[in-house]
Amino acid sequence: MPWFEKKPKFSSLPGAVRPSNVPEGLYEKCPDCYSMIYRKEFEENLHVCPKCHYHARVSARERIVMLVDPGTFQEDNSHLSPVDKLQFEAKKKYSKQIEEGRKKTGQLDAIVSGIGKIHGKTASLAIMDFTFLGGSMGSVVGEKVTRAMERALAERIPVITVTATGGARMMESILSLMQMAKTSALCAELDRAGIPFISVLSDPSTAGVMASFAALGDVIIAEPRCLVGFAGRRVIEQTVREHLPKGFQTAEFVQEHGFVDIVCERRELRGVLARLLNHLWYASPKRKSDGNGRSRAGSERSSKKTQAVEQAVAQ
Amino acid sequence: MAISYYEFEKPVQQAQDKLDKALAKDRQDEKHLREIQKLETELEQARHEIYGNLTPFQRVLIARKPERPHAQDYIKALTTEFQEIHGDRGYADDKAVLCGFAQFRGVSCVVIGQCKGREVKENLKYNFGMMHPEGYRKALRTMKLADKFGLPVLVFIDTPGAYPGVQAEERGQFEAIARNIREMFTFTVPVLCSVIGEGASGGAIGIGVGNVVLMLENAWYSVISPEGCASILWRDAQFAPQAAEALKLTAQDLLELKIVEEIVPEPLGGAHYDPDTAYANLGDAMQRQLTQLLKLSPDELREQRFAKYRAVGEWEENLAEQTKG
Ligand SMILES: [Zn+2]
Repeated sequence: MPWFEKKPKFSSLPGAVRPSNVPEGLYEKCPDCYSMIYRKEFEENLHVCPKCHYHARVSARERIVMLVDPGTFQEDNSHLSPVDKLQFEAKKKYSKQIEEGRKKTGQLDAIVSGIGKIHGKTASLAIMDFTFLGGSMGSVVGEKVTRAMERALAERIPVITVTATGGARMMESILSLMQMAKTSALCAELDRAGIPFISVLSDPSTAGVMASFAALGDVIIAEPRCLVGFAGRRVIEQTVREHLPKGFQTAEFVQEHGFVDIVCERRELRGVLARLLNHLWYASPKRKSDGNGRSRAGSERSSKKTQAVEQAVAQ
Repeated sequence: MAISYYEFEKPVQQAQDKLDKALAKDRQDEKHLREIQKLETELEQARHEIYGNLTPFQRVLIARKPERPHAQDYIKALTTEFQEIHGDRGYADDKAVLCGFAQFRGVSCVVIGQCKGREVKENLKYNFGMMHPEGYRKALRTMKLADKFGLPVLVFIDTPGAYPGVQAEERGQFEAIARNIREMFTFTVPVLCSVIGEGASGGAIGIGVGNVVLMLENAWYSVISPEGCASILWRDAQFAPQAAEALKLTAQDLLELKIVEEIVPEPLGGAHYDPDTAYANLGDAMQRQLTQLLKLSPDELREQRFAKYRAVGEWEENLAEQTKG
């Protein structure tokens, strides 16, 4: 699904948009089965509909709260800010859209990254946010995914990405397309260094992001019924002029065809990630023979500019 | 193949028609020869006027001309001893991509080319240049042979996109493209890519990670086709010319953005006006670049490719506005 066709999402988070016809109240409507759900129940259920099990979209910050041990998340590279290099203008100027995304989400772009612990196990995290320009990948998203992987290489810790995206960001054109190459290049580096990469797909995970790093996890996990695919439904329908099969491009469909390892309820995601971090890394004999597993070797990969900025931030 | 004309080329077509008609008359008198000379001058003027100042969308249209030289034509013209190989060893043989071994100006190489046709039967065979997952897997298998046997890889990119179909999705289009991109970063042989027509999105980058990327003067390369972009951002494909402008998809744009290393000039009006010149221009540029790449060690080749793509992107390090907390 292209990012502009988003399903309505009635989030209770501050800063999220709320359609004016829905009162600020005790209930919200499930985006899928339209049942009215007691807001507190919806939140306690991690934004999963208790009636139909629909996994509603969550922001990057909500996701961090759901996944990471309290107080352990340390954000990095939050100063990376998109620029309108191509001076892109359609019906709206890209620069204006960046501004709006910023106001709407309180973030500079569609991703939050950093390190954190999951059941005590440290990982480098890059978590996308669909609320900012449909979670599209431009230079900033690509760079932050890349740096999260570089950090994993430098500190010899696993990396986890959570995608929520309609694909590459059109308004950065070829620069966005090349982020597919950049992030995949780092996946090759992770392979070479033997560092685990777990890719978590949430609704939606499609197009340019799915055809790059998101598909390259050593293990790929998807949330139930989330949209996973390359081409948009509309484009496919126009091309093949036939009705699409039931459940087409859902997590379950993609798993059935062999491209997703685990379809996992949101409530269980944290436990599954912790188990995988253990199997792939923290309990692996290879990692144990790897010294203390914390060497900074390979940190020359991150650019001098980045290091200088990080130092400046630390001071 | 006869030359086709778009609406914007009407003046050229009219001038050409006039000239053709005059030439068809069996006359040798001086008045007639003067008339022919005049018409030839008019045709040249029309060509310079129209083709000397092409808009981005006009270049997109030229890049799509069926009579434009395609990958199979470049491979035929520029290589000898070509031996095609078939199949992805898993599912099928995707004819939208031509893979094989060949000699390019004295160097044994692997060649990969996205093919397009000129008429219905060919178009169906090549699926209009749109590859399925098995095509990307066939290309990867071939490129891995190149890596194994130390052969440079020559890639010819010309696709309106990876095929958006039900079966392509079922067989993992995204996985095939992603894996290709990642694996192309592991190669220790030169990878030299040339965008010869259309370079649309994931379908192009899925075989397009090169140490050097060349681009023909009228080729385009972008994250999405102008029509696709227009139908999303303008909600109307009619705005494709505006989208082509906004997407900065021309060879000149990509050179300035440091995505391609070199623009390969085309004959005035497009490669189809004079294919032999187009072949020679691309062949010479490829040879020049390949000679340089062959001086690098296997590790240097891998590192140079990594460094080129690692550096792509434009952003600000905005310390004032970073998230507090
Ligand atoms: Zn529901």
